[in-house]
Amino acid sequence: MIRLEKRPQPSTVFAYATPVLAVLATFFFGGVLFALLGKDPVQSIVTIFWEPLFGEFAFFYRPQLLVKGAPLVLIAIGLSLGFKAGIWNIGAEGQYIMGALFGAGVGLAFYPAESALIFPAMILAGAFGGWVWAIIPALLKVRFGTNEILVSLMLVYVAEQFLASMSLGLLKNPEGFGFPGSRNLQQYASAHNAEIFAGSGMHWGVVAAMIAVIFAYVLLARHKLGFAIRVTGEAPRAARFSGVNPSRLILFCLGMSGLLAGLAGLFEVSGPAGQVSIDFNVGYGFTAIIVAFLGRLHPIGIVLAGLLMALTYIGGDIAQSQLGLPAAAIQVFQGMLLFFLLALDLLTNYRLRFGQAEVA
Amino acid sequence: MDLSVINPILLIAALMSAATPILLAATGELVVERAGVLNLGVEGMMIVGAICGFAIAVESGSPLFGFFAAAVGGALLSLLFAFLTQVTLANQVASGLALTLFGLGLSALIGQSYVGIKPPRLPDLNFGLLGDVPIIGPVLFSHNLILYFGLALVAAVWAMLKYTRVGLVLRAVGENHDAAHALGYKVVRIRTLAIMFGGACAGMGGAYISLIRVPQWTEGMTAGVGWIALALVVFASWKPWRVLLGAYLFGGITQLQLNLQGAGVAIPVEYLAMSPYVITIVVLVILSADKSAAPGSLGRTFHASN
Amino acid sequence: MRITTLLASAAIALGLVTAAVAEDTTKVGFVYVGPVGDGGWTFTHDQARQAVEAEFGDAVETVFVESVAEGPDAERVLTQMALDGADLIFTTSFGYMDATNNVAAKFPDVKFEHATGYKRLHPNVSTYSARFYEGRAVQGHIAGNMTESNIIGYIASYPIPEVIRGINSAYLHASKVNPDVEFKIIWVYTWFDPAKEADAAKTLIDQGADVILQHTDSTAPHAAAQEAGNVVTFGQASDMSAYAPFPRVSAILDEWGDYYIARTRAVMDGTWESVDTWHGIGDGMVGIGEITDAVPANVAEEAMAMKAALADGSYHAFTGPINKQDGSAWLAEGEVADDGTLAGMNFYVEGITGEIPQ
Repeated sequence: MIRLEKRPQPSTVFAYATPVLAVLATFFFGGVLFALLGKDPVQSIVTIFWEPLFGEFAFFYRPQLLVKGAPLVLIAIGLSLGFKAGIWNIGAEGQYIMGALFGAGVGLAFYPAESALIFPAMILAGAFGGWVWAIIPALLKVRFGTNEILVSLMLVYVAEQFLASMSLGLLKNPEGFGFPGSRNLQQYASAHNAEIFAGSGMHWGVVAAMIAVIFAYVLLARHKLGFAIRVTGEAPRAARFSGVNPSRLILFCLGMSGLLAGLAGLFEVSGPAGQVSIDFNVGYGFTAIIVAFLGRLHPIGIVLAGLLMALTYIGGDIAQSQLGLPAAAIQVFQGMLLFFLLALDLLTNYRLRFGQAEVA
Repeated sequence: MDLSVINPILLIAALMSAATPILLAATGELVVERAGVLNLGVEGMMIVGAICGFAIAVESGSPLFGFFAAAVGGALLSLLFAFLTQVTLANQVASGLALTLFGLGLSALIGQSYVGIKPPRLPDLNFGLLGDVPIIGPVLFSHNLILYFGLALVAAVWAMLKYTRVGLVLRAVGENHDAAHALGYKVVRIRTLAIMFGGACAGMGGAYISLIRVPQWTEGMTAGVGWIALALVVFASWKPWRVLLGAYLFGGITQLQLNLQGAGVAIPVEYLAMSPYVITIVVLVILSADKSAAPGSLGRTFHASN
Repeated sequence: MRITTLLASAAIALGLVTAAVAEDTTKVGFVYVGPVGDGGWTFTHDQARQAVEAEFGDAVETVFVESVAEGPDAERVLTQMALDGADLIFTTSFGYMDATNNVAAKFPDVKFEHATGYKRLHPNVSTYSARFYEGRAVQGHIAGNMTESNIIGYIASYPIPEVIRGINSAYLHASKVNPDVEFKIIWVYTWFDPAKEADAAKTLIDQGADVILQHTDSTAPHAAAQEAGNVVTFGQASDMSAYAPFPRVSAILDEWGDYYIARTRAVMDGTWESVDTWHGIGDGMVGIGEITDAVPANVAEEAMAMKAALADGSYHAFTGPINKQDGSAWLAEGEVADDGTLAGMNFYVEGITGEIPQ
């Protein structure tokens, strides 16, 4: 008989060991999957995990890890604040879209004027767009007690339709021969979120993600608000006794996560993506939820988790083209990795006991 | 513009068919959420059901057997979610999202050799003369077995929750798992069964798309229906008959939108497509006044030692 | 033990041989926007990739990545293929346009072929597209003859020139043989949602359409038509022959194979240059699926004659007199449309009711 016994303190050893165990388990079962598909399992896994980091063309892939990972980390950091306090924003995808639309909209409104002020204005607009989209569920929750999980999720679909409408209508490139999609901001110097050092993958979104990580770390470790967040998540009633104002906390956590998601959208649309198009959003908002949990809601953990996810995407695409693995197999592989990471986290907070329960 | 081309009877008959996949999946998810579990993996379970049902229907030649296989496939996949959330106590939101990712990939792998095949067709039931009665005939007596099964399922879930001991226990577990545990109910076992029921229903919903509504297999063919089903459960404030109402409302708006376009009415398609979600939010706000609506333990992890 | 060692060294030797051969092979990359199992757009491109492999055998190695999101992911995948030694890369979605040109700038020795776009910023970028409207003309001709209710349903994806062009071409040729014909157009606002296509088809049928044309890729409308019994459909992208001979009476086929083979050969010969290709039936990029016996023989003959005329250039699908929807003149008697107007087409021709959604 195996029993679970809650540890008095989360185990530090397992906090570090479980991700490694999970990755090893994924290697094994993923290898079995690849072998079943008739591919060399070792080569497949080496291609996914080794090639982007240390392969022949690592000089290209390493910066790409930043490009792919930055939006995930930026969004996940914001989400983790709320998740820690038991406030569930799962609509980051919508906030990401709205940030991109607001930001790109401001930039395009100034086209073709060139000014150093345009990009900062876009950043503000992007942050505002994301914030607005997240503050709706926050206000509804504070005012009416409406469930924020569901409102934020519903708003994703509203945002997606809004995106389609904008890329076919208002923001459509007037010189695009009627094709959907906005002008490319990469070709509009004042609005372009260019790489800070060419070829480094470092654009302002990466910088923003780094700042957000530090900010979240300090907030959670040192600041009174961070304390309020933690205590609300762990013991809501105790939080109220210690003077935490739940409404303000909800507004802060949702607003902040929306703001960061909006920023991620803005930096993406003005940099790597370049333009607003119907399929502009690629699910970063949802993937970031997984990243937040994989990172155990800890800022440093989120950075590692974001980079790990980015690695599987990049490595997965390499494996597709070099080994002919179907995209679906990569998806299943990613799913396995998530399952193992989530399942094995158990060992951090619980201890496995074998044998009958002792009589207390 | 000529609105007379819109035949309301045909419209209602069409929306009933269009709403059935959402109805099946949402009814299953309702039971899951009533047990206090939030499974965001509906889309993943639906698509796996869609391919399992399609493959077995093609191989066996029997659509009904396909539906059975879809239910089994969905339930098996949901077992993975149950293991993660009930045994290893993983977060439900993250596990559900991971389940969807996994399900989409898995279904595409299984379905590789089923692209471009036509499945056996499930005939409409023959009610004899009843089918010829004006208005009532086309609306009520012109459908296939699974559509009626969906309606029966709603009724059954309603009766189960309201009148049976099983329903009482299920709700008790969902409202307050600690109290239910203290009363001696096996919280984990009950929730696991509820999750499997939800998986089976979602699987059948998926198969309805791949075997009846479309019918063909293509990767990712559920195209977000699972998420609508999730919305619907909330829209319905966790009450079975309102799920039915909501499913018909969602289906109805889509059908009406298409009909109006066909009739030449210039409508802003994107904004109409948004409307069900906006309406759901409004309903949510109205419902918030009623604090009893959502199951008390929804989304919370249970462990006996807590 | 000895045998395994022997086998291993043989394998290594073989590996070396293949590696040596690899030096001479031409590597062709394909980037797809959807899964190869979508049964439509991406599926047809992948069929063409297989045609390239079949044509050249070991002289060519093809690689592909499916379901690549437009934007930075596309740019990365393109770069990756170029780094891995691809000589020629086909990017098969409009949304890859800027990514293709960006990467082309960095790899001047790699040739890029972008489908459906218009930007060729570098000498190593070509664009190609198909004159599907020619196929639509043939389809419209058959549809106009086949309809008895005089209502033709049209399932359209997004209001972009490509789709509008198809509607116009089909309408012009349907109304030519049947002046009473009416088009009912439903915009589904998606490239891919089979269930929604099914709903749209059923709606059109319920509203009296007995011919369904589609600019979306699933077979859902065919199944709906089959259920209704007396409704005609046409295959889109792939042949969809599972529904032949009825309701599917013909099809518009995306046939990229010849072009891909020709471009690959050009790279191998060293004769590749940047071109803007817009091929139709004549060059084999647009195919007409077999016209089944459900179509009266004389109609089928006329359709084949039109196909031949379109192919040899003696007939243009947009030949005046044609007015725009608002009644203003577009093409005078005998005048044919120029490619520029066609490429950016954002208006209906006279006779089509309804508005293009904006």
